[in-house]
Amino acid sequence: MGRTKKMVKEELANRPDNTAFTQQRLPAWQPMLSAGIVIPGFVIIGLAFIGIGVALFVTSQSIQLLELDYTGVEQTSPCFKCSDPNAKNCMCELTFSTDTLFKGPVFFYYGLSNYFQNYRSYGVSKDDDQLSGNLDNFKSPSDTCAPYEYDRNNKPFVPCGAVANSLFNDTFKLYQIVNGAKKVVPLDGKGISWWTDYNIKYRNPAVTPLKNAFNGTVKPLYWSKPAYELDPSDPANNGFINQDFLVWMRRAALPDFRKLYRRITDGDYAEGLPAGNYSLQIAYNYPVLSFEGRKKVVFSNVSWMGGKNEFLGIAYLVIGSLCVVMSVVMLIVYAKFKFPEEE
Amino acid sequence: MGSVASYFGQLCGGEEKKEEERHLRANDRPFNLSYNYANNAIKTSKYNIFSFLPCNLFEQFRRLANAYFLFLMLLQLIPQVSSLSWFTTAVPLILVLSMTAVKDASDDIVSRNCNLKNKYLNNSVLGQKTVTMSRLKEHCFLLILYHLRVVACTADANLSLSGEVRCEPPNNRLDKFKGTLTLDGQTYSLDNDKVLLRGCTLRNTEWCFGVVVFGGPDTKLMQNSGKTTFKRTSIDHLMNVLVCMISFIHQIFGFLASMCTVLAIGNGIWEVREGSVFTVFLPRDEGVNAALSSFLSFWSYVIILNTVVPISLYVSVEIIRLGNSFYIDWDRKMYYPKNDTPAQARTTTLNEELGQIKYIFSDKTGTLTQNIMTFNRCSINGKAYGELFDFSGQRKTERVDFSWNRLADPKFMFHDYSLVETVREGNLEAQAFFRLLALCHTVMPEEKKEGELYYQAQSPDEGALVTAARNFGFVFRSRTPETITAVEMDRSVTYELLAVLDFNNVRKRMSVIVRSPEGKVTLFCKGADTIIFERLHPSCNKLKEITIGHLNEYAGDGLRTLALAYKDLDERYLEDWKQRHHEASTAMEGREERLDELYEEIEKDLLLLGATAVEDKLQDGVPQTIEQLAKADIKIWVLTGDKQETAENIGYSCNMLREEMRDIFVVAANTAEGVKEEGMVALGGLLTSVRSCTPFLLYCSQAFALEKNLQMELLRTACMCQTVICCRVTPLQKAQVVQLVKKYKQAVTLAIGDGANDVSMIKAAHIGVGISGQEGMQAVLSSDYSFAQFRYLQRLLLVHGRWSYLRMCKFLRYFFYKNFTFTFVHFWYAFFCGFSAQTVYDEWFITLYNLVYTALPVLGLSLFDQDVNDRWSFQYPQLYTPGQLNLYFSKKAFVRCMLHSCYSSLILFFIPWAAIYDTVRDDGKDIADYQSFALLAQTCLLVVMNVQLCLDTDYWTAVNQFFVWGSLAAYFAVTFTMYSNGMFLIFTSSFPFIGTARNSLNQPNVWLTIFLTSLLCILPVVAFRFILIQLRPTINDKVRHKVRKEALPAPTPRRPPARRISTRRSGYAFSHSQGYGDLVTSRKFLQRLPLWSRQAPFTQTDSPLAQNQPQHYRTIAEEPEESQSP
Repeated sequence: MGRTKKMVKEELANRPDNTAFTQQRLPAWQPMLSAGIVIPGFVIIGLAFIGIGVALFVTSQSIQLLELDYTGVEQTSPCFKCSDPNAKNCMCELTFSTDTLFKGPVFFYYGLSNYFQNYRSYGVSKDDDQLSGNLDNFKSPSDTCAPYEYDRNNKPFVPCGAVANSLFNDTFKLYQIVNGAKKVVPLDGKGISWWTDYNIKYRNPAVTPLKNAFNGTVKPLYWSKPAYELDPSDPANNGFINQDFLVWMRRAALPDFRKLYRRITDGDYAEGLPAGNYSLQIAYNYPVLSFEGRKKVVFSNVSWMGGKNEFLGIAYLVIGSLCVVMSVVMLIVYAKFKFPEEE
Repeated sequence: MGSVASYFGQLCGGEEKKEEERHLRANDRPFNLSYNYANNAIKTSKYNIFSFLPCNLFEQFRRLANAYFLFLMLLQLIPQVSSLSWFTTAVPLILVLSMTAVKDASDDIVSRNCNLKNKYLNNSVLGQKTVTMSRLKEHCFLLILYHLRVVACTADANLSLSGEVRCEPPNNRLDKFKGTLTLDGQTYSLDNDKVLLRGCTLRNTEWCFGVVVFGGPDTKLMQNSGKTTFKRTSIDHLMNVLVCMISFIHQIFGFLASMCTVLAIGNGIWEVREGSVFTVFLPRDEGVNAALSSFLSFWSYVIILNTVVPISLYVSVEIIRLGNSFYIDWDRKMYYPKNDTPAQARTTTLNEELGQIKYIFSDKTGTLTQNIMTFNRCSINGKAYGELFDFSGQRKTERVDFSWNRLADPKFMFHDYSLVETVREGNLEAQAFFRLLALCHTVMPEEKKEGELYYQAQSPDEGALVTAARNFGFVFRSRTPETITAVEMDRSVTYELLAVLDFNNVRKRMSVIVRSPEGKVTLFCKGADTIIFERLHPSCNKLKEITIGHLNEYAGDGLRTLALAYKDLDERYLEDWKQRHHEASTAMEGREERLDELYEEIEKDLLLLGATAVEDKLQDGVPQTIEQLAKADIKIWVLTGDKQETAENIGYSCNMLREEMRDIFVVAANTAEGVKEEGMVALGGLLTSVRSCTPFLLYCSQAFALEKNLQMELLRTACMCQTVICCRVTPLQKAQVVQLVKKYKQAVTLAIGDGANDVSMIKAAHIGVGISGQEGMQAVLSSDYSFAQFRYLQRLLLVHGRWSYLRMCKFLRYFFYKNFTFTFVHFWYAFFCGFSAQTVYDEWFITLYNLVYTALPVLGLSLFDQDVNDRWSFQYPQLYTPGQLNLYFSKKAFVRCMLHSCYSSLILFFIPWAAIYDTVRDDGKDIADYQSFALLAQTCLLVVMNVQLCLDTDYWTAVNQFFVWGSLAAYFAVTFTMYSNGMFLIFTSSFPFIGTARNSLNQPNVWLTIFLTSLLCILPVVAFRFILIQLRPTINDKVRHKVRKEALPAPTPRRPPARRISTRRSGYAFSHSQGYGDLVTSRKFLQRLPLWSRQAPFTQTDSPLAQNQPQHYRTIAEEPEESQSP
């Protein structure tokens, strides 16, 4: 018996294994787009979307937003005088008023339009090694920084590259006009950048004083002050971990963008900006008119879903309604044509 | 460059010079070697160790795709252009090149091993070696033997011959050979009779002398098997097979180029309008103006947008094909336990073509039939014997025990005991019946051991009849030119063979005239029933009627019938006849006619003995398979070397021809005009015929040796027919037929065969299938798929082919969708980034998207998906037809896929764009930055792609689930890892996206955006598909709907075992036109030497019993080979 069994085995040596996998019989679930699933599915999704949409829309509506263009294109604009490219150290002042309390915390943004931070050769023009405090890259920046790699005297730019070079350098001061007197609204510039940028991605070299690390380098072409003197008021807010620098270096995805400038969280204004008149003093330095760019300041508060953006809410509402309409259409089609049962 | 290419071309297998005459000297090795003739090794390996790397790389970069990717990689090294890091292309390219190289190397090693097995003989064997014939056959060389007489004369000279052969160069003509032999100063002419072709078997001798004239690839058989000596290379296949895909790719490239052009122009405009004034912050490089910038941006976009056809496409296609080939290898239902042969996919590149077959070209012998004839029934003197069946098709009678006859063939089976009793009782008619069968034939006996008889019959029919006689006690034992010795009921009787009136196509009968030891002279005649009945003595009329009844019954069962008759002759008349016969056969003029007249004269007033019915055994399941394939709208052409009657017979028995097909058109004329005329008639008939799909057209070989327009005409006619049978075609003509259809019908063809004569056809068709089994390995070696039984073809096509095609199409559609969408997003983004070739996604995402994130789910889809299972596929062969029309991946489907991608990419770009526009995080910080946007866009994309995949998957196995969820999980895991602090600290410049994932994926609006894009991409597809199913359900939808209702298809009803056919078909359908009567009666045939004899073997040797048509010899070889294996 044993022998015959063995012989049978030998005879069938090439017989393929009988497994579900080799025989393509793996157990499987075979769903189909049947009316019983599709039509109720659409209804449910549609209703859910309408619900989400309403919530989003209401939330978005509750966010207050104030936008002020200060490019100075129109002659009436107080900043018109500064739009002359030859004007140096020009200051202009914008006034605005709020009817109601602008609920806090209020975020103070600057915005640029038609500004291509996302242009490829602009975007790659920086040296991450240098910005993470690698001293070797201070002396010889990566060639990605071109054309802001070395100056005419062949001294390396630190920080090198077009992104750093074009650091936004308008500054703002906000006053509330209380009884004709200007009362300073304190602006908080701490913690406006990403935690990871501040703590990990950008590092100053471990040299004290910081200035020594920059020996043999030059400041970027457009900068008025070297990197280690960006914030004279706070020595810790200098070099590559200067908050404004960090915000600027996180380049925008689209040519119209806004970046966080300050937060209004302190003192009398912790609850928000009370109704009243305000004056914004602008040190107008940043040239945008040559390429038809626009500059603006934005005051906004946020909700659980971030800044004001009505798109999501409306999109959810529209799509939700379309789903419901579609389910009706499908029901009609199903009722009328119905899948032919027999061929 | 050109010279380098040609250098490599030579190095890696170049052309040879043309040979004008072949010149060989026997036993002069150095002389022969000086000509560098091909030796017997058939070289199929391409590389050696040193040439491997350069040659293989050269080969690989000759592929358009690889060269293209190399070019892209080089492009990325130019900093002004490089929009992506070089590694995004280099990593996949290196992966692909090394994988292909490993595969090529292993293929090469396999074929090298093959070569080693093949090396056996050197170019010259004359006198040096006696070679046993069996080994010669085994090793398949073309061996041209000297006329043995020549050898015999000079054998005394101690085998030190110095003959010199001059002959024609290698060619593919089987019927011609021209050359001279110079021996001892005398010149002998060599012609076709004096050579033995590769594949032939030499009978009745243990050894012989010869000289090898053509070896290896020069042999006529190899020359006949098409241009290449081995399988087509896979690149050819790729080109052939994916013609449609390639054309898509061309379109894609055109599309890509136009997209790049649009973007480059956009860049030019932007540079003029915006860039020129934006130089404050983004100064231009020196010497770069708008035009140059635009030019550079063109190439940058070429780099970015090339993801429409990523290199992973090729890799994935290879993997899918490999997987689907393995399924074929693994399929138990295509495994033949009898000789332990599993099905084998020998090429991995053709699986999806299996789902698109429109024409099948089949060999007959050994493919449709087993090439085994069995003596099933007979009618003797008006009484029918043979198997009896009851109504359920069960056999009622037991197998007859032949142990009383010690010379009986143990494998012979008969199921009617009454016949044995009748014979043993001494019934004269029955004895005469079997005596006739034992005497009237041209079979050669071989008795290696006492009592162990082997018959070598020129056709299996004859062998079956003689074997039947042997088992019933009339054993044909031996023959000489003048005598036939038989053992009749244990009594040895030697008959004097007076004449053989041979078989030919016109006569359709053969007779022998013998004188028994008692001196009685008898003419035994067997032949086609109609022919015999015309020549019967009127006294047999009553018997004739009864026999006709039996014959009708046999024919109805699909058996091949012969009528047997005899006549006692008068001695004096015979003397006179013989005299006239001698005169006629030596006459110079009109010999044939005079002989025919003489035969006609003596073969009359015959007395009917009865009739035989021989079954040409079909392989199992052939009629069912053919029926299934016909239902799947596959046209089957049978190409056979047999003659018309045989072909027609087989057509009936395997269900290709049915009684109701009345319009059978035969185009059999020998001249071009005749063919044209007949073809026109057929065409006319077709056009007027109501049932235009049923007719059958029979072609003869002549039809294809025509001028072009006529060929076209015939082809058009033939293609309108349900069934086409081409008979009397040579191996090369088989290939021509296939090529003709391939060329003019633009349909996918499949050729199936088992023998060496099918090789050229197998190679010519898109797909070649070899039946592995009795005929040796020739067909299998050159085939793409092989299995043991014809019936597995339906599983190969209807299940494996269909699934492969379905999967490949699904794969392609999904893959193109996935990559088009991916790429189009870049296109939209271009309008917002100054056409600067800024990528939307992270570079790492671009690198890993095809390689990791989406690789496995789509592989899962294309390895496991099935619309319905195999049983339903058999139940509804119509499911196969969409493949033939290439509905699943046609231009229309492709355009639809593009539009779908376009829509999805719009959603995938603009929804995140709008959602992120001017918005911030919930702590007021930035989220509209480039990195967050990139992450959002890529996450949306990946989620949508996975959901879409789920929607496309019909067959959800655990593996699919695992792949989909695993890929998503892998994406998040990899993303968080790459954007982690650690990675940034180690590879600072490579992972600039640090923190992006943490900072944006914790925002609710990011997830709301992802959710919105996913549903917005998917819901319209769902709705569209749902409505389409309702409005225009495809056959797949219908069957799937049915599957949901019924668990399993009802078992197919059993077919009734036999069909009643009213017309009788003659069984005298040998595959030769002329019998071997001459050979049998001449002194030319070889006397087999007893084994014990050690004396010089040259005394009687004469002409080898060899002919130059190997396909005929196959049939002769069959019988003894069968019986030798226990």
